[in-house]
Amino acid sequence: MALFEVSGYKKYCELREQILPAGLTHLVDRTNHYSFGTKTQEFAVPPGVDASGFLKSCNHDGGVCIEMNHGTTTLAFKFKHGVIVAVDSRASAGNYLDSTDANKVIEINAYLLGTMSGSAADCQYWERLLAKECRLYRLRNNHRISVAAASKLLSNMMVGYRGMGLSMGSMICGWDKQGPGLYYVDDNGTRLSGRMFSTGCGNSYAYGVVDSGYREDMTVEEAYELGRRGITHATHRDAYSGGVVNMYHMREDGWIKVCQDDVSELIHQYRKGMF
Amino acid sequence: GQLYRNKLTSVVYFLRTVLAVAGEDFAIVASDTRLSEGYSIHSRDSPKCYKLTDTTVIGCSGFHGDCLTLTKIIDARLKMYKHSNNKTMTSGAIAAMLSTILYSRRFFPYYVYNIIGGLDEEGKGAVYSFDPVGSYQRDTYKAGGSASAMLQPLLDNQIGFKNMEGVEHVPLTKDKAVQLVKDVFISAAERDVYTGDALRVCVITKEGINEETIPLRKD
Repeated sequence: MALFEVSGYKKYCELREQILPAGLTHLVDRTNHYSFGTKTQEFAVPPGVDASGFLKSCNHDGGVCIEMNHGTTTLAFKFKHGVIVAVDSRASAGNYLDSTDANKVIEINAYLLGTMSGSAADCQYWERLLAKECRLYRLRNNHRISVAAASKLLSNMMVGYRGMGLSMGSMICGWDKQGPGLYYVDDNGTRLSGRMFSTGCGNSYAYGVVDSGYREDMTVEEAYELGRRGITHATHRDAYSGGVVNMYHMREDGWIKVCQDDVSELIHQYRKGMF
Repeated sequence: GQLYRNKLTSVVYFLRTVLAVAGEDFAIVASDTRLSEGYSIHSRDSPKCYKLTDTTVIGCSGFHGDCLTLTKIIDARLKMYKHSNNKTMTSGAIAAMLSTILYSRRFFPYYVYNIIGGLDEEGKGAVYSFDPVGSYQRDTYKAGGSASAMLQPLLDNQIGFKNMEGVEHVPLTKDKAVQLVKDVFISAAERDVYTGDALRVCVITKEGINEETIPLRKD
């Protein structure tokens, strides 16, 4: 804050290092649980316990239940005319459906999209941070960040918090100087470039459908239909996916949002005579 | 002795119900005023809607201690913003800020389910719902807290016109919305043990925030 700098006020954590001998600072009660962290983002950790174990133990009987939004199907594939990104829109917290119209695609800029699967808070936070870094890159270097660099930034963020219980499976899609780009990044720090990925608990169903219908020289309409089918069939068989299909098409001049179709209507079209 | 245990068993939680609805030019945030713990009622007059700015109200359900601390932190951050930027935070900005505040406790969460209701920059009603670690989205209506699983389907049907056929989708007027909120809480008080005593409704319009208290079942 401006007033801090003008008045020469020192924060408690800076003073503490001067007051206490080195090596004993961890024994003193720290105020960082209540710090505002406006300049640099700080994470509060339960003292004395392993962070991921603490949260896991919270979800057992006898402890309070902190359910976080999970469960998804997302898919993306490259073809002749760009990249198709299709996601479902169901957000579940344990057995309760928290939202049927969650937005699982973050529009980082006009040429970059990120999908979200796993824990909703983790995905939203880290991809929002990625969007900030991409914007800063653009301002500092006067050209847009490449898809490879953006996905690398995200995977480095994940590696920094490895083992702490984050849960994020994301696909970074974009169009840069090298053409269409598609990378899969997950919470272990895995970063893979490829032609087709699907994440989330419904991914096996989506893989089956898209693998059987994929051709490199598909027309744009055929690609849209394939994306729609992949998500629809996955939501039909996976309990934790559902809602609507949100589909984006990444083209040379940026992405467009193709459709937002309800899966329960689509499944009746695709499986005529089955019901 | 050891101050912290591995589990959050030392945390007691006080349940209640909170609800928010956004209309064309208004927003409503409502909560019941019962503060209960296990089989006991601590207070019958403890409303959970906090006024943040002239156009934004937040409703918090979950662990009462974390609700109080969280609202104090939000108030402090609002003041800091006002002094640095010489303007009040908009609802969307408050929602984005709350998301980062909650995420800064990702590994030691605030056990609070938040719902923010207010008017956006264009004067339209906005509702933002959160999970305990900061994921959020903008909705038209949302119920949170102990009776949320009972109320959300009712709101889906009455406000979202879901699961009905051949119904005309009329936009919600302010008076109809307030009446719906009252009816919905009366239903919740009938079937949820932690909801009852009284209902505090805050209606946010461009004229300001209007608060109303309606009695509910006290048993």
